[in-house]
Amino acid sequence: MSAGAARIQAGTDRSEAGHVAIRDGAIRLGQGTAAFDVVEAISLDIPGRQFVCILGPSGCGKSTLLGAVAGHLALSRGSVSLDGRAIAGPHPDRGIVFQQHTLFPWLSVTDNVAFGLKMKGVGRRERRERARALLAQVGLSDFAGRYPAELSGGMQQRVEIARALINRPRILLMDEPFGALDAQTRLTMQELLLDIWTRHRTTILFVTHDIDEALFLADRLLVMTPRPGRILDDIPLDFGRPRDRGLITDPRFTAIKQRCLALLHSDPGHVPLARLSPIGVPA
Amino acid sequence: MSASVIETGAPIRAPRGRAVRLPRTLPLGRLALRGLALGLSLLAWHVAARYRLDLGLVTFRNVPTPAAAAQAAWALLHAPALPTHLGASLARVLSGFLAALVVGVALGLAIGRSRSARDLLWPPLEVLRPIPAVAWIPLAILMFPSSEVSMAFITFTGALFPILLNTVHGVESVHPRLVAAARSLGAGDAAILREVILPGATPSIVTGAAIGMGTAWFCLVTAEMISGQYGIGYFTWESYTLQNYDDIVVGMLLIGVLGMGSSLIVRWLGARATPWIGAGGQR
Repeated sequence: MSAGAARIQAGTDRSEAGHVAIRDGAIRLGQGTAAFDVVEAISLDIPGRQFVCILGPSGCGKSTLLGAVAGHLALSRGSVSLDGRAIAGPHPDRGIVFQQHTLFPWLSVTDNVAFGLKMKGVGRRERRERARALLAQVGLSDFAGRYPAELSGGMQQRVEIARALINRPRILLMDEPFGALDAQTRLTMQELLLDIWTRHRTTILFVTHDIDEALFLADRLLVMTPRPGRILDDIPLDFGRPRDRGLITDPRFTAIKQRCLALLHSDPGHVPLARLSPIGVPA
Repeated sequence: MSASVIETGAPIRAPRGRAVRLPRTLPLGRLALRGLALGLSLLAWHVAARYRLDLGLVTFRNVPTPAAAAQAAWALLHAPALPTHLGASLARVLSGFLAALVVGVALGLAIGRSRSARDLLWPPLEVLRPIPAVAWIPLAILMFPSSEVSMAFITFTGALFPILLNTVHGVESVHPRLVAAARSLGAGDAAILREVILPGATPSIVTGAAIGMGTAWFCLVTAEMISGQYGIGYFTWESYTLQNYDDIVVGMLLIGVLGMGSSLIVRWLGARATPWIGAGGQR
């Protein structure tokens, strides 16, 4: 562990848990001559319990960066740590919610949510009880016994969030979790997420390419450049909480939205890049 | 419901009753058509055998008529040796099949999960795969002191490859996202194999097992050429050497019916083991 990381750990007690630090991070994907830099020169501090949205064009490496914090991808340079400990692989302390289709199709909704507890060796009775309590918080009590395929896309994402939260993670990593949902469901899910976050106060790192979504949810906005992705701007969002939909017409909101649009503006001849995923294979 | 769409955490009510299942019986017209097809086949057989049709390339001079076969079947049903024949064949097929299930699934999981296991195991298996059951007879007699074991071994060779290939396919079909999600929920290598790979591959394994059960019966006559006295395959082969041509057809049909029946049982057990298949009308 480096001296810097040790210093960060020394100053961290549990009440501040969830502090992410990235120092000069870079990630390369692909083999041999086909290898390319996805992100580079990322230096970042996210204090515990902050809600951070990463905004950027498709393929800019924002999901890849998320994958590195999750521990599914290794940095090719630099370091990433959580509460002073270098990240070496996936851990239930860092819950991840993918865009879609990562619930286990063979497990009931309850057993999907209880999966993390099963891995910890918690007995069946207790883990199902705790899973049901969490399902009630996301409004899915009536679907506890169903299989994931019997649920709508929005309900499946509710289950995903509950499944990650049951491990009481210090940070919740969300990779465009509402990106595959219809507009109406997406709004409902955003409000649900903020509601849950008031009860499970973890750090959230939330990747999206929807400006309104990012501005509505986050304490802080990171805007990334196209590949190789760098952090272009770091914008604090002090709109106050709880937030409501009226925020969209607030002049401060529209001003920041204008600023983001200008940052993300690309020339019309620009070909959009393929979407990357937090586990390094095309999504 | 309309008012609660926006409201966060609003419980979603489960619709009453489960999804409507498709009716399992075919419409009467199609059933009649299928019956007619069976009837026409029998009629064609009867005509060809009754009039000793000789087409040069193929001749029906020594083929018994359906009526003669039915008579022989009736006689066999009352023969005291039938349970012995059936019991002997069932024991051989079942032991060969179960051994193939254990070995095929174990090898399939290893080959599907580990590159070095694939490099080590795949080449010899590819060489063994095209060898027909009948070619194994001499070596099986030489290798196994007990003729019962050598017969079970020959049905084993028939069932092994469908089970193995389908298991490998099933393992490969488990999406890396599911594995990544499990790792982030705290699953280690053993738990990934037990809780993710194995259930994910189960639908394919069931398909392989149903095909493998069919091919095990397929190899029965070959296997029972070794037999001294009992078994449906032995009965069929003996009928040929004793020129009981009616009994040949009875033996063939008996193997067909038993093979079909045991494949159906495997599929039924498989459906019980994979209750999530068909839930919600997907996957």
